[in-house]
Amino acid sequence: MGILELHDVTLELGGKPILNNLSVDFWEGHVHALIGPNGAGKSTLANTIMGLPGYTHHSGDILLDGESLRGVPVDERARRGITLAWQEPARFEGLRMDRFIAAGAKVKSRENVEDMLTRVGLDPQRYIGRKVDKTLSGGERKRVELASILAMEPRLVLMDEPDSGIDVEALQRIFDALADFKAMGTTVIMITHSMAVLEHAEHAFLLCNGRILDKGSVGKISGYFADNCIPCHHENMPAPEEEMMPA
Amino acid sequence: MSDVATARALLESLGAFGSHFSGDDVAHLEVNGNEVVGAHLVPGLDVDVEQIDDGIEAHIRLHEGVRIANPVHLCFGMLPTEGLQHIVMKVDVEADSFASVQAHCTFPNAIDITHKMDAVVNIAPGATYEYFERHLHGAEGGVLVVPKTLVNIGEGARFKTEFELVKGQAGVIDFDYEADCDAQSTLEMITRIIGRGHDTVTIRETGRLSGEGARAVLNSYLALRDDARAEVYNTLSASAPYARGHVDCKEIVQHRAFAKAVPVVEVSHPLAHITHEAAIGSVDSKQLQTLMSRGLSEDEATDLIIEGLLS
Repeated sequence: MGILELHDVTLELGGKPILNNLSVDFWEGHVHALIGPNGAGKSTLANTIMGLPGYTHHSGDILLDGESLRGVPVDERARRGITLAWQEPARFEGLRMDRFIAAGAKVKSRENVEDMLTRVGLDPQRYIGRKVDKTLSGGERKRVELASILAMEPRLVLMDEPDSGIDVEALQRIFDALADFKAMGTTVIMITHSMAVLEHAEHAFLLCNGRILDKGSVGKISGYFADNCIPCHHENMPAPEEEMMPA
Repeated sequence: MSDVATARALLESLGAFGSHFSGDDVAHLEVNGNEVVGAHLVPGLDVDVEQIDDGIEAHIRLHEGVRIANPVHLCFGMLPTEGLQHIVMKVDVEADSFASVQAHCTFPNAIDITHKMDAVVNIAPGATYEYFERHLHGAEGGVLVVPKTLVNIGEGARFKTEFELVKGQAGVIDFDYEADCDAQSTLEMITRIIGRGHDTVTIRETGRLSGEGARAVLNSYLALRDDARAEVYNTLSASAPYARGHVDCKEIVQHRAFAKAVPVVEVSHPLAHITHEAAIGSVDSKQLQTLMSRGLSEDEATDLIIEGLLS
């Protein structure tokens, strides 16, 4: 069953169409991968679903459980169960990790915060009092962000390049988190180019010029991407209808 | 009201911070207006207090080599709605000693109160003196806070001070700290202030690194909202080889608030090095969006970001 539906979503940024009459359904409790060349609109799609400022002036509609999200602000979308893991998580000068993780947590107890840190492979004794600031490595920040999202127990997670800028240990923890999301029944939409990450997805969508060019198994879509999209022949111009792959 | 009752009322106004009242090994002094209403000392620490018309003159002496394990608590405040409290303080921290002082300043009912402090702090070689001043004001402002302190930091000595006003309305703060730093000494000054309503905050912090290898950091963190105004003048000068320093001012401005930061760095020795950084602006949008994407409202997210900045 579809938890999230996009109908004919078009969004222009800087006078340029980034999403072009994009329509797609995402199934509840499944792990979906979004694949596409740079500039295809992947991050824009994630930001639009989250309703971030600057991404709300689209046409078409986005439905969560069949209900339109038009006019629904970011925080309300989050309270309805949608959240976003940034490609480059924000740093918060002075903010303690326990305060950050508990902020959006369903259960705000110290025990739960410690449990979340453990689940992403960070020793609570060492990390709970640390600050979410520049003293953390890129991999640590990614893991702290995941801990805060796990604590939310969200219904739908948008993950923008979860594997970028991290080491092997952190990558394994991201795989663990994906398994946790799956066990919780959380729907995952992740943007990635990594084959290692793609292996953890159940379905893949190929995004090109702001449209879904194709969808199907991870093997089929990633194979098409490797054979036809590197380099990108569309150069990020809108693709004519005749170039779309047959359904 | 008896002295004990007054002391209790002052401490109760501090909330959780006032829980230091008991404990034989905890030194403390409570002053309401110009009256000492409570005191307890520990070996190696002398406090002589004289009453003056509008406050007290206090001489605090920490004996050579004495290291006080527990923080020393000073509570200055006024329970009435108006008046002047003038604290004249001389602190002598003798060689190789250590003390950490937590000064709590509480004016819970203030409508028109002036809290003025003139302090001279002498820290002898090898000693460490920490002074944390936390203000708790009422919701209406009504307090003029004028702390002026001159600190002499001896060779290899360390001075750390923090001034915090994050609860209640600040009123008017005119803060002026100066420190002279001898060789291999360390100076750290931190101010954390939330300004609301029509609060007016002026911070002047000056560090003079005149000794070889002296080090200093001046940090100011302010969050301003409504019609609050703040001006921060941080000056750090270095005139000795290997003196090192950094000036940092961060201010978050919301609504109609106004902030000004003037970091001044002066170097008169080629082997000295001082840096500065100042940032004034609204709440970082990515931080805000991250927290809002966890379900926090904009106000909740802003408060949490400010809590971190001022921590």
